[in-house]
Amino acid sequence: MTGEVAVLGAGMHPWGKWGRSFVEYGTAAARAALADAGLEWRDVGSVVGAGTVRGGYPGYVAGATFAKALGWQGARVTSVYAACASGAQAVNTARAQILSGLADVVLVVGADAAPKGFFRPAGGDRPDDPDWLRFRVLGATNPTYFGLYARRRMAVHGDTLEDFAQVKVKNSALGALNPNARYRTRVTADEVAASAVVADPLRLLDICATSDGGAALVLSSMEFARRHATNQPVRIRAVSTVTPHYPNTVLDLPDIATDSAAALEPAADPFRASIARAAYEEAGVGPEDLSLAEVYDLSTALELQWYEDLGLCGQGEGAKLLREGATALGGRIPVNASGGLASFGEAVPAQAIAQVCELTWQLREEAAERQVAGARVGITANQGLFGHGSAVIAVR
Amino acid sequence: MVDGWFTGDGDGFRLLGTRCAACTSLFFPREDAHCRNPGCPGGHLEEVPLSRQGLVWSYTDSRYRPPSPYVTDPELPWEPYTLIAVELEPERIVVLGQAAEGITVADLAVGMEVEVVPGVLHEDTETIWTTWHWRPTGVTA
Ligand SMILES: [Zn+2]
Repeated sequence: MTGEVAVLGAGMHPWGKWGRSFVEYGTAAARAALADAGLEWRDVGSVVGAGTVRGGYPGYVAGATFAKALGWQGARVTSVYAACASGAQAVNTARAQILSGLADVVLVVGADAAPKGFFRPAGGDRPDDPDWLRFRVLGATNPTYFGLYARRRMAVHGDTLEDFAQVKVKNSALGALNPNARYRTRVTADEVAASAVVADPLRLLDICATSDGGAALVLSSMEFARRHATNQPVRIRAVSTVTPHYPNTVLDLPDIATDSAAALEPAADPFRASIARAAYEEAGVGPEDLSLAEVYDLSTALELQWYEDLGLCGQGEGAKLLREGATALGGRIPVNASGGLASFGEAVPAQAIAQVCELTWQLREEAAERQVAGARVGITANQGLFGHGSAVIAVR
Repeated sequence: MVDGWFTGDGDGFRLLGTRCAACTSLFFPREDAHCRNPGCPGGHLEEVPLSRQGLVWSYTDSRYRPPSPYVTDPELPWEPYTLIAVELEPERIVVLGQAAEGITVADLAVGMEVEVVPGVLHEDTETIWTTWHWRPTGVTA
């Protein structure tokens, strides 16, 4: 146990394709989180921005960019980039500052304005960059990897296209209840099956879109929260940011090959499972204690993989858990009550923060129609390029 | 771009990796700077050819044109290609590559044997960019 921090405020800018600057989304989310916390921007002692590679220099120096837009007030500033794990690393940075006494109140912000179509590597000829190489040498987009994982699950575990489609059916039904989601219509299995194949066996409606969006949190020390807030706040009890163990034997973005296991046996847990395990160990809870989970459903098939890696069921039993209805709202362990990336799309530096926003609202019982009854413990999980793991556990 | 990743012609075509003389860890794409085994003090990295044949770990295809830096001619209609992740058993490594021309996902199954063959990534007026392709064993182009 490393100690807890309080979530005093959560805020979002709705996801979509709005065509505006990421700065606008981030500051809107920040103002919403501050209002939710009942604090002024000048009460914040530190701001941590999750970086985006888009938007040029302002994207790379996200912390200061948001601080300037909100009005320079002399706060400590940090900018972090860890691809899809950027938001979780921003939360972790804020937590470390609070627990070490460097700051009492920290604002965490992530926002992105995503381009249309596939994500692509940063510009220039960079053959020493694995992300550049996989595009240049193989044309391997992100959906390529999702397709490989999906086909592998079908061959090894007997998952079907119908199982994958049912993940979308579930998440779209939840997204329809979420005013911050980009897609707010329910999708049927037939509609998934009728959508175009992107990367066999996955179709357009199996794969998450790219989106604009922003999310923010106001975190504080427990002592500040006791002085400031009347109610017991939601608390963050663990933030996992672990890397894989060598040899990493599951083919992973953006790599062209796995590590070889010829000289050294792989660790018992594959990378994704080790991300969750680190969070459970830090929080002193296990999968049996969870009320809900928010996971990176970059594809429908990948959500099933997360069920197993979070320990919600045994290896290979993800589709069975879904079919039983355990991960739907009202089930034993609802997954992606927010609607997930299926309903939001990817706004890379914002999404891991948005997952914690959802946990916050759920644990406060403020999630309206998508409320998980009696929610007390929630986990988020995602993964960033180049071995960035992340998971957050929050409790009521 | 991929200097030293493969060598040879015809049946002699091989992917090239490197192996640490201290701990025998094998790397593809080749690692020439320092052994990445965290428990290894670091040894000389020597070039080694990889197995010619392997088993399909998984496969997919690309029904939409990938963005640059993948090179395609936007004037031509998009022709999907297939990608195969192949497990080389002696090396205990999975290597992703494009399938040989004409191979579609309908031709493949997880666990099927494939072999590495030379291929062309693209060509312009000055250069032919060569690469490696995976092709089901026994199929000839
Ligand atoms: Zn070594």
